[in-house]
Amino acid sequence: MSAPTEEATGAPAMVEIRSVHKSFGSVEVLRGIDLSVRAGEVTVVLGPSGSGKSTLLRTINHLEKVDQGWISVDGTLVGYRRSGNKLYELREREVLRQRTRIGFVFQNFNLFPHLTVLENIIEAPVAALGRPRKDAVASAERLLARVGLADKAGSYPKQLSGGQQQRVAIARALALEPKLLLFDEPTSALDPELVGEVLDVIKDLAHAGTTMIVVTHEIGFAREVADTVVFMDEGRIVEQGPPADVLDRPVQERTRAFLSKVL
Amino acid sequence: MSLTSDPPVRPPAVPDIAGRHAADDHAALEVVPVRHPWRWVAVAATAVLLAQFLNGLITNPGWEWDVFARFVTTETILHAVWVTLQLTFYGTVTGFALGIVLAFMRLSDSPFLRAVSYAYIWAFRSIPLIVQLLFWFNLAYLYKELQFGIPFGPGFVSFDTMNLVGAMSAAVLGLALHQAAYAAEIVRGGVLAVDGGQLEAAAALGIPRLRQLRRIVLPQAMRSILPNAANEIISLFKGTSIVSVMAIGELFYQVQVVYGRNGRVVPLLMVATAWYILLTTVLSVLQHYVERHYAKGAVR
Repeated sequence: MSAPTEEATGAPAMVEIRSVHKSFGSVEVLRGIDLSVRAGEVTVVLGPSGSGKSTLLRTINHLEKVDQGWISVDGTLVGYRRSGNKLYELREREVLRQRTRIGFVFQNFNLFPHLTVLENIIEAPVAALGRPRKDAVASAERLLARVGLADKAGSYPKQLSGGQQQRVAIARALALEPKLLLFDEPTSALDPELVGEVLDVIKDLAHAGTTMIVVTHEIGFAREVADTVVFMDEGRIVEQGPPADVLDRPVQERTRAFLSKVL
Repeated sequence: MSLTSDPPVRPPAVPDIAGRHAADDHAALEVVPVRHPWRWVAVAATAVLLAQFLNGLITNPGWEWDVFARFVTTETILHAVWVTLQLTFYGTVTGFALGIVLAFMRLSDSPFLRAVSYAYIWAFRSIPLIVQLLFWFNLAYLYKELQFGIPFGPGFVSFDTMNLVGAMSAAVLGLALHQAAYAAEIVRGGVLAVDGGQLEAAAALGIPRLRQLRRIVLPQAMRSILPNAANEIISLFKGTSIVSVMAIGELFYQVQVVYGRNGRVVPLLMVATAWYILLTTVLSVLQHYVERHYAKGAVR
């Protein structure tokens, strides 16, 4: 096990994942994951349910602890501090501070239902970063305009459609100005006709150079936006590369079998 | 759709649902609701019984409404109502404060804290309130003085138990400790009712732990805590009458004292009843407004 280093290519990696293992009880859901994501790139993770892709995403901001291996974001270990040959688990307060640099968008949005859209967005900048409320409100309004919901600041989440809620959730994640955005099946809980509006927002972010890792089942989105497509199965990365290779000329039989079912 | 295997009957030339006359104007059809004759019988019977009861309240001299009117706002009774309210207030505040601590102990990751909280709840739900109250009342028998200092070591300040735990504080202590066991379960139930994704989202946003609880979890938990908590507060309010065994001048005790002197049992019980009903009504109205406050964002 070595400390986080620069990629062999010399380009600095925003996310480095090395030999990550994770078990839930006797079930090993991650069986040695190695992955690098360069700054400004969009990585799309595909794979059947139970392949470990959501768990992998959740380990990146330490919502799940790893059993073995390490993950670094922007050159800093996530959830641990290295001293000699030991990794010391960080205190919750320090983990929380690390998470403010990593935005996370959930499948079920997880907006706070008792707070208005605006309050949802300013909660973390004010409470976690200690930003003045006035500044937080101003940037929340800019973010709402960016996701096309400038007129919904005073609404409660339940008054919005699923697609609108997910766009608010994206604005909420962006409010912390994270270095990295993680999306966990952002469109899987949406009615089919609402998928497009959410994917459009994510595409805009991709074009603006945001570093993102997106777990999804939207193959079309992967083809259009991804710099790298990662295909996972049974806790391992089976194949990865540019979408043109992985989606159109997959080398592995397993990838081919999966794509033939979803395409 | 036919459930039998009969051969299909040829449909009549004019659809029989609409009838022949109205076939030209469907909007003109009159809708006749079904009649409920037995409902009217039940209403009449209930009304008669109710009238009989009200008539009895007014005409039966045994109620002695003049005695009721004379006593309902006397100073003795008003003071007793005040004592009852104090017992309820301190019992509720202390009980729920301790209950919140116990609830989070039961939700903690430490098996020891969980076990202690569980044992407390088990014990205080098992002991009848009246038995517990008499225990506290006789605390001085067990411990002559109470000391603050280093555990198992020397003490700094000490109090005579008899003076410190007077009848009133023994009563509040008893009510609060009893209440805490129930409050703990109510608060725990409320916290468990909040979707796990809420805490996860708060954690993913880096919101500090205490703020996660105070700002995200508790306001949502309040929705399911409130109806149960209101039940408990109202039941504690009436439960204060048990304290009369400790000769504390709360409402029920005072009423007993008065009818012990003048023998007018029924009108004086009505005095207590009227006050209990009035104040419970006030609590129910309060509950309505507090619930409305916490319902923010819950409806479309």
